[in-house]
Amino acid sequence: MSSKDLMLGRIRAALGDTAPPAGIPRDYRGDRVADLDLLVHRLEDYRAVVHRGVPIAETVAALAPAPLVVPPGIDPAWLPDGVKVLPDEGLSADTLAVAGGVLTAATVAVAETGTIVLDGSPDQGRRIISLLPDLHICVVRADQVVASVPEALTRLDPGRPLTWISGPSATSDIELNRVEGVHGPRRLHVILTEALS
Amino acid sequence: MTTFLGMPTTAPRGVGNLRGDEPFPAAARKALGNAQLRRNLGHATTTIRAKSGAVIGELPDWQELRTAGSALKADTMARLPELLVQLEEKVTAAGGVVHWAADANEANRIVTELVQATGHDRVIKVKSMATQEIGLNEALEAAGIEPVETDLAELIVQLGHDKPSHILVPAIHRNRAEIREIFLREMPGVDPALTDEPVILAGAARRYLRETFLSTKVAVSGANFAIAETGTLAVLESEGNGRMCLTLPETLITVMGIEKLVPTWQDLEVFLQLLPRASTGERMNPYTSMWTGVTPGDGPQNFHLVLLDNGRSAVLADEVGRQALHCIRCSACLNVCPVYERTGGHAYGSVYPGPIGAVLSPQLTGVEDNASLPYASSLCGACFDACPVKIDIPSILVHLRNEVPHPRAEQAVMASAAYTMDHPKLYAAAQHAAKLSRFSGRRLPPPFNGWTASRDLPEPPPETFRDWWAKR
Repeated sequence: MSSKDLMLGRIRAALGDTAPPAGIPRDYRGDRVADLDLLVHRLEDYRAVVHRGVPIAETVAALAPAPLVVPPGIDPAWLPDGVKVLPDEGLSADTLAVAGGVLTAATVAVAETGTIVLDGSPDQGRRIISLLPDLHICVVRADQVVASVPEALTRLDPGRPLTWISGPSATSDIELNRVEGVHGPRRLHVILTEALS
Repeated sequence: MTTFLGMPTTAPRGVGNLRGDEPFPAAARKALGNAQLRRNLGHATTTIRAKSGAVIGELPDWQELRTAGSALKADTMARLPELLVQLEEKVTAAGGVVHWAADANEANRIVTELVQATGHDRVIKVKSMATQEIGLNEALEAAGIEPVETDLAELIVQLGHDKPSHILVPAIHRNRAEIREIFLREMPGVDPALTDEPVILAGAARRYLRETFLSTKVAVSGANFAIAETGTLAVLESEGNGRMCLTLPETLITVMGIEKLVPTWQDLEVFLQLLPRASTGERMNPYTSMWTGVTPGDGPQNFHLVLLDNGRSAVLADEVGRQALHCIRCSACLNVCPVYERTGGHAYGSVYPGPIGAVLSPQLTGVEDNASLPYASSLCGACFDACPVKIDIPSILVHLRNEVPHPRAEQAVMASAAYTMDHPKLYAAAQHAAKLSRFSGRRLPPPFNGWTASRDLPEPPPETFRDWWAKR
């Protein structure tokens, strides 16, 4: 007998004639309108730096990360002149680890929790490129912002590799206080722009 | 009929970390003598209760989310066989390989052989309760494979040759000064000028593990959630060590208890709101990774999922106790428990300490192997209130106390008490006799002295209610 059959047999024996509950009560909130001010507050509360309504390329230039890693589908209008850009065409981990920063787009942002979600689309790139550089600059459009977690899930494709980011890398492992800066990017800058027209 | 396929079986002895070396009262007595431990725990649990309370207070629908979470878990358990098969189909279709492990020994063997097949002798690990439970690190080391814990608290425990004492923060029993000492003593290449500032200590861990992340080809993780509908796995973490392990290596092996299933993608909306606020007291943890099988050109190209029973089917067989499997490992019940706050996690002997450990460990091993744990509680009920999926821990504790083998003297006393209470004349006579104890002091004689070792015997009234009533 395979372990699968053994385990399924044991579980069925344990359950006997247990019936599932008649329904799942979903009386929690959903379907609300996103509040951009709340998103900014939540991001800043977890030590992300927010730039709102500013020119993207100039903001990136002012942060002066060099070299700047970008995914292959990045909007060329976001790239400042005079900054060395490294398009990700299979960059090695060692190259990424010493890059000055990475610039990506996002898929969804969640106002209530201050969360940005990347899904590996061409303007967000492989998961590794937003992980190894110490500075992550992320451009979020206003129409990508949703109110809370339920609305975010409806916009996401579970078949894609998803990374939910809420502030810079942090830990609560020392006396249960939140301390920023462990293995992931220690600086997170979010550029919040207008919706696509 | 399927019963011939085997009855639910508890976790095997001799492997893993579900059984302690001594009963809870003996271990707790030692822990209570450690003033530093009590100060560290008091500080940490007070901090986390305040943080968690504040962010839970931000959600007006917290109770509705708890109710939904509880119902979703009950639904998952009732449909576990079909959901597990569905998960296997979806993961397989997305390029992953699913393995079924009936117990700790089988899971350890599967993971060890998978690592050996890669030809590598080192794995990086994301913090995982399931692999702690089955003693995977010990099994890998016995096979000549080096497991490197990458979670900061797990690293502190591993470098300190210590044991985890909390589900979420395994090094909660250490303060910053002790962590600095451990790093100075055990971390190769550490800056001798290291201070005990948390940000400096975190920076030391970053430097120490960086090269290991970049050069290790195999990772082992647990999972917070697995979605049957889509085959998606989710790991919630803070530091980015999880992202490193889930993204950089060529091979990823995930070990997951069968109870971690969630039926649909939409159901995640409940648990992603409950878990961070209940566990680290954050609106959302810094990083959550979700993946479905293998993504060409992005992340590990070999993905293995090991589904672990190890006593869970035995827990499922108990209609009262099975809700312990609803646990999403947030550790809120530890942080509010007056017993845990004073003894710490080591006294429980199992990797699952605190209130949830006191109901989960005895059921996974069979109560006879953890007979003292159902008593490691004052039944105050704070754990039930704190639980984000509304597990009624006090009721399970009482239920398990009835399952524990009781000494024959106690059985005899209880039987005679029951008989007395059933017979009014005997009962009245017993009450009169009890008045005599006014002259016998406030301690009971053996074998009942255990009860009065830490309590005064209540003083019987000078007159029984029956006597008073008869005079009226």
